[in-house]
Amino acid sequence: MYKAEIYVNYKPSVLDPKAEVIKQTLARLGDTNVATVLVGKYFELTLAADSQAAAEEQIDRICDSMLANVNMESYRFTVQAVAQ
Amino acid sequence: MKAAVISFPGSNCDEDLVWALNTVCGQDVDLVPASATALDGYDLVLLPGGFSYGDYLRSGAIAKFAPIMPAVRRFAAAGGYVIGICNGFQILTEAGLLPGALQANTSLKFICEPEPLTVANAATAFSSAYSDGQSLTLPIAHGEGNYYADAATLAALEANHQVVFRYAANPNGSLNDIAGIVNARGNVLGMMPHPERAVEALLGGTDGLGVFQSLIDATKGAADAKRA
Repeated sequence: MYKAEIYVNYKPSVLDPKAEVIKQTLARLGDTNVATVLVGKYFELTLAADSQAAAEEQIDRICDSMLANVNMESYRFTVQAVAQ
Repeated sequence: MKAAVISFPGSNCDEDLVWALNTVCGQDVDLVPASATALDGYDLVLLPGGFSYGDYLRSGAIAKFAPIMPAVRRFAAAGGYVIGICNGFQILTEAGLLPGALQANTSLKFICEPEPLTVANAATAFSSAYSDGQSLTLPIAHGEGNYYADAATLAALEANHQVVFRYAANPNGSLNDIAGIVNARGNVLGMMPHPERAVEALLGGTDGLGVFQSLIDATKGAADAKRA
């Protein structure tokens, strides 16, 4: 079995209004030194695959077609072998 | 003209589209479930507003994998007219049938208001009943209507006159005030405002009728050409 940990974030060129609100609210509460806030999504998938390479290839396809909208989001992931 | 309104689980403007096209405009309309796999014999396919599949993951992200979608792609690839309204627009961008994406409104609020618009291109199959620069008021009702595309895509949209409707007072942060676009071929349109909610004076206005009249004219032309 392999375990994939996937992070999806807005591309830097896309203004994320949710992150802006968090940053503004932090500043209002006194955390004025917070320079940037990035809000993203985290996914964990476990899957059976023939090899590390096959698992990575499949996860990449899943991210590209479903988990991220590559028009406005980018993704990165790690895949590691785990016990059954 | 025979139209198919696709009903996804969570669609809530499908019956409104049937009302607008059938009851108000007198056209033949079928409600087609998203579980169907064929769209043979239709002149027009409509993807309605709502919250397909609960807007899980992203608006339209699950709907683009619905069983009906390969048929929608084939229909569009064959030059058939496809219109997506609100969630339908979100589905079309997710499916890659239209460029760009719809993200959260900059206010982070769901906005449900009559919205002033300008017709940016009246030379499309979806807008021929209007004139260039005409002012319209159509209802909007969305939380994710903020149109985004990268700079190159945006430049191409403008150069090809693919922007069909613009907001007169941008309510959601959409780039270039974009409220509705067509694909490069001109047979697929997505728009966030709801023309089907503005087809009777009783409901506050008839500015949306032009979209349906345009499509009736366009499909009539296509049917006549087929017969000739």
